[in-house]
Amino acid sequence: MYRYDQTDRELLRQRTEQFRDQTRRYLAGELPEDDFRQLRLRNGLYQQRHAPMLRISVPYGLLGSAQLRAMAHVVRTYDKGYAHFTTRQNIQLNWPRLEQVPDLLAELAEVQLHSIQACGNDTRNITCDYLAGVAEDEQVDPRPYCELLRQFVALHPEFYWLPRKFKFGFSGATNDRAATRTNDAAVHVLRRGGAIGYRFFVGGGLGRLPMLGQEMNGFVPESDLLIYACAILRTFNRFGRRDNIHKARIKIVLREWGIERFRAAIETEYAKILASDEGEQLRLWPEDIARMAAHFSAPPYRPAHEAGADLEQPAAHEARFAAWLKRNVRAHKMPGYRVVFVSLKAPEQAPGDCTAEQFEALAALADAYSFGELRATYDQNLVLPDVAERDLHALWMRLEEARLATPNIGLTTDIVACPGLDFCGLANAGTIGVTHEIYRRFDSLEAQYDIGPIRITMSGCMNGCGHHSVGHIGILGVDKHGEEWYQVTLGGSPGNDAAIGERVGRALARSEIAEGIERLIHTYLELRSDEEETFLECYRRLGLAPFKARLYGTDTVADSEAEAA
Amino acid sequence: MSRILRHRAIVEDDWTLAVDTSATPSSADRWIVPLARWRAERDTLHAGALGVLLPNTEDVEALYPQIEASPVIALQFPIFTDGRALTQAVLLRNRLGYRGELRAVGDVVRDLVFWLGRCGFDALLPRPDQDLQACRQALDEIRLAYQPGADGQTPIWVRRRTGAPGATGSHTR
Repeated sequence: MYRYDQTDRELLRQRTEQFRDQTRRYLAGELPEDDFRQLRLRNGLYQQRHAPMLRISVPYGLLGSAQLRAMAHVVRTYDKGYAHFTTRQNIQLNWPRLEQVPDLLAELAEVQLHSIQACGNDTRNITCDYLAGVAEDEQVDPRPYCELLRQFVALHPEFYWLPRKFKFGFSGATNDRAATRTNDAAVHVLRRGGAIGYRFFVGGGLGRLPMLGQEMNGFVPESDLLIYACAILRTFNRFGRRDNIHKARIKIVLREWGIERFRAAIETEYAKILASDEGEQLRLWPEDIARMAAHFSAPPYRPAHEAGADLEQPAAHEARFAAWLKRNVRAHKMPGYRVVFVSLKAPEQAPGDCTAEQFEALAALADAYSFGELRATYDQNLVLPDVAERDLHALWMRLEEARLATPNIGLTTDIVACPGLDFCGLANAGTIGVTHEIYRRFDSLEAQYDIGPIRITMSGCMNGCGHHSVGHIGILGVDKHGEEWYQVTLGGSPGNDAAIGERVGRALARSEIAEGIERLIHTYLELRSDEEETFLECYRRLGLAPFKARLYGTDTVADSEAEAA
Repeated sequence: MSRILRHRAIVEDDWTLAVDTSATPSSADRWIVPLARWRAERDTLHAGALGVLLPNTEDVEALYPQIEASPVIALQFPIFTDGRALTQAVLLRNRLGYRGELRAVGDVVRDLVFWLGRCGFDALLPRPDQDLQACRQALDEIRLAYQPGADGQTPIWVRRRTGAPGATGSHTR
């Protein structure tokens, strides 16, 4: 993990004090509400339904055990004993008190956590492949580049007041596990010949008018990470629309200009920076990258004969362990090691929620079994990245005790959802209750294993924090005359085959939605060519029509509508 | 005459921001006029000195050959969250080498001051309700930076290089 030096610590301390003073002035009536709003957003504070929400940046999804313990302490001391992991690998507290937030942030600063630019129209926390450094398909470990960019954009004076939020997502692997093209800018770190460089995509974004990023440059040299990022941000700051908040993302500039003009603007600015003193300042030297990479060096793995174990034949009475091994444990680049997924999708748990006790358990387990490290995933689960095979059984037992071993990763009940109407001031519809209903319908593991890989994602409003646009089945909560309704999209995907889902038809009522999802899944089970064909593959083969017909068919959904009429 | 923050000091403003007026200056006046008027009348206005106020949508690179001799360039913040003039300032200072007075006008509030200082503004005309002393202190709210601005700060990655001269503000090669 990145370890702060004196500059990092002091900068964060001064930043925290800056916010303390802003909060003091606001509470003393010296700072108008509207002005303070802009300042608190840039410190992670969002006004929600019941209380301020504090979003804590988890840089590129990486957490250490000291940070997990600090989270346990913070959610007990300043909140109601739990927190929420988001689709951007961040953590949100739902119930902090404004006057206590400066103290809370000061405590988090002690363990290198902060809320700088966690909300607001600025460069947000960078997301990254949660298997960085351990994946078999990795070309280049993206984490050093993420941290170099994090420092570049943190409190960047020119880009602190952008037209709208700006998100970067990184991957250095063949398979995109970070939904990179849903970001305003995606950075794929790759090798070409002997050289490292970046493939940049720009203009992605969910929310209204969901779009996938378009390729801007197929290979920016390794030295030019900050230069190219600067060119993109400057172009956005100059030309992003400021007359309409719904048209202010960089994707709108791309759409209005067309890709040729848009690319020309970014490439021209890139060339101008390169040709100037600014380019000289921003150009990374090999030693800069090497110094940063040293922070992310491999942990002291034991040799395979010490770490490895025979996992093929768990005892017959341990069916649940076997299921967990199959569903929540993945390959690791090192022989003898595995990647372990920690499910935050237990029955009746709000997706992504984590209690103080679970934070503490995870800290202990990370220390005992994964070199003190944990990652937050884009799907609101967690990962222990470096577990020796022979520790798997002991780890599983302790995860079970903490309700963190539900063997459902990538399956029907691994539902992604924003907090929705229960918490969020923007939401039009509840999400947590709906996820529970869907969950109950598919609670049987056998049923889930039969259905196979599927991605159900749900947002409580158009802003799309639950990434409904890129779910195989996406659910969007909408408000109709004060009632909660749900639009369904099909065929979205966040990965290498990224696609925006297609809307099936009219929205379903709260009473219909779980039933509707069940029908869609049963349609798939009936129509799939064989058990190997996944939901997404089946949908892509058959298209919308058969699913639509079944969703709005002549049976119960329509009946219930008739009853309501 | 209003007071401004110039080179970190609170001073009487010796310029007049002449917007919404068709009056003409006397030879003793130091006037900053909007770009449109400046373009039309810069050779005929007999002010003691003439500065120019740019819209924040103006392409400063294209315009620069016309304005480079202006002793003051004023940039606008219609609302403090509109950061377009920050890019104009950085380009004027770093890319175009402007060394005259760079002045921030409009919704210039205390909580914007730190960012203005880092982007190379050396004169700030705060919104009338703002406390100038507090604005002056805000310049130093955060005294470290990761990235270069237009204030001579050395980027962190340069400072961390082996044998780097440290946080001296000098630009190393």
